[in-house]
Amino acid sequence: MSVDIIILFTFIMAALWTVMTRSLLRSAIGLALTSAILSIIMFRLNSPLAAVFELSVCSGLISVLFISTISLTHPLTQKEVLEHMRERLARFWLLPFIVIVLGITLSLIDIRPVIKLPLPETVKDVRVVLWNLRQVDVMGQIIILLTGVFGVVILFKERVKK
Amino acid sequence: MRLFWSYGLFISILCIIGFYCILVTYNLIRALVGLEILIKAATLLIIVAGYITGHEALAQSLVITLIVIEAVVITVAVGIVLGIRSHNNSLDARKIRNLKG
Repeated sequence: MSVDIIILFTFIMAALWTVMTRSLLRSAIGLALTSAILSIIMFRLNSPLAAVFELSVCSGLISVLFISTISLTHPLTQKEVLEHMRERLARFWLLPFIVIVLGITLSLIDIRPVIKLPLPETVKDVRVVLWNLRQVDVMGQIIILLTGVFGVVILFKERVKK
Repeated sequence: MRLFWSYGLFISILCIIGFYCILVTYNLIRALVGLEILIKAATLLIIVAGYITGHEALAQSLVITLIVIEAVVITVAVGIVLGIRSHNNSLDARKIRNLKG
């Protein structure tokens, strides 16, 4: 359990750094790090397949997407950077205090939630659950993927010259 | 159930970080980063719930669906952000006044 707590602390620190860092590029890298730590937590909680998905899609694909988007935007001038820094500091200084106070408060409260445990799982294989029991989810995934593809096509469609 | 509360504490903190980022920032890309952090909190909650109830396979299948939705939402949102940037030449939410009446 102590190892899990250390990993969870690292997870929160990575998320905090992602939000607090000045550079957008560092923020995207922090997000990849957060996803990688989350995949370690998933692996430790007996969910290896979801961990692999998290590592490849969220830590890999989405980070690449963010970095490409940032590279397409123009960098700020020196004056803008200084103004932006002061403004950001004024807006974000409260976050670490909120996190520390909330963490201490919640750790002092000893809540033992009563969770009604469901019947034991009959099928243990993820592939069987996904393809046989949750077929509607797979259909939903296909529809969402198509929606995304058409959405991107419409967004980047070249205007026809008259 | 003690385990659930230990993880719940960290999930709550992660939610607060994501919400704070979305509420405070004016940069559209950073708002998406906040959204990503919120989705990560939801992912962790599903996995922990699956671990505690012993339904790991079901939780994993739900998380795979969630990851697909996350990837699509972020892709479309990034496309919209790039479109806004090409029209307004800025990523600052305060400078987007095209729909202001």
